[in-house]
Amino acid sequence: MYKVIDVVKLLELEVIAGEGGLENPITGVYIGDLLSWVMAHLQAGNIWITIQTHVNILAVALLADAACVIIPEYAEIDHQTIEKANDEGIPLLRSKFSAYQLAIKIKEHDLIK
Amino acid sequence: MTIQVCYDIVRYDFSRAGEASSSIKKLLKQLGISSDVIKRVAVATYEAEMNIIIHSEGGIIELNIDPEKIKIVAKDTGPGIENIQKAMTEGFSTAPNEVRELGFGAGMGLPNIKRCSDIFDIESSLGESTTVTMIIKLN
Repeated sequence: MYKVIDVVKLLELEVIAGEGGLENPITGVYIGDLLSWVMAHLQAGNIWITIQTHVNILAVALLADAACVIIPEYAEIDHQTIEKANDEGIPLLRSKFSAYQLAIKIKEHDLIK
Repeated sequence: MTIQVCYDIVRYDFSRAGEASSSIKKLLKQLGISSDVIKRVAVATYEAEMNIIIHSEGGIIELNIDPEKIKIVAKDTGPGIENIQKAMTEGFSTAPNEVRELGFGAGMGLPNIKRCSDIFDIESSLGESTTVTMIIKLN
């Protein structure tokens, strides 16, 4: 099983915060921006790709047991979100790619075992 | 043996949103409760917490744990729900636009709570407080 750190390296992601969780194993990917949908459908260990960058995404990531959060398209991230990700040890990652492009690359690298 | 913990939830306090649910989840993990049950409690309490923050004047979440079940009571101080049946409909939300832009207000809160609970009850009327009771059984 791959870990968050493997995804960081292969997809060239920026590690914004939450280095404590880089060894988290990856079980899959969930893409979504409606928080209740994500709470209901994200599986433990999933990479969560979302354009939401406010501090509440970390409550969702924590409660749903996401392996990490990837913010696409270099979206700006609130300072509070960064602080909380560090406090909780949830990897907060950023990419220049869109959610679609990230999904394609994850598939191409065969990262989900 | 019963454990009871109460959490104060403040209206529109988005910076602390999810703190009560996260605390509850951590406590349940420490007690060695199964991850299945923990996930259901996490979803139910998160939705209840967000409902108090987004839709009410403020309230409390009360957690009760005994050997047979986990019972969560979310009670607010108003303004009450006009039409409970509508509120229970998936996709229906009275969340204002500025809150929807943050990804809230999908209209899945109460349906999610009901789905995660073994026993679910909601009491409310316009001008009154709302009380949501969620019971998740332990085996």
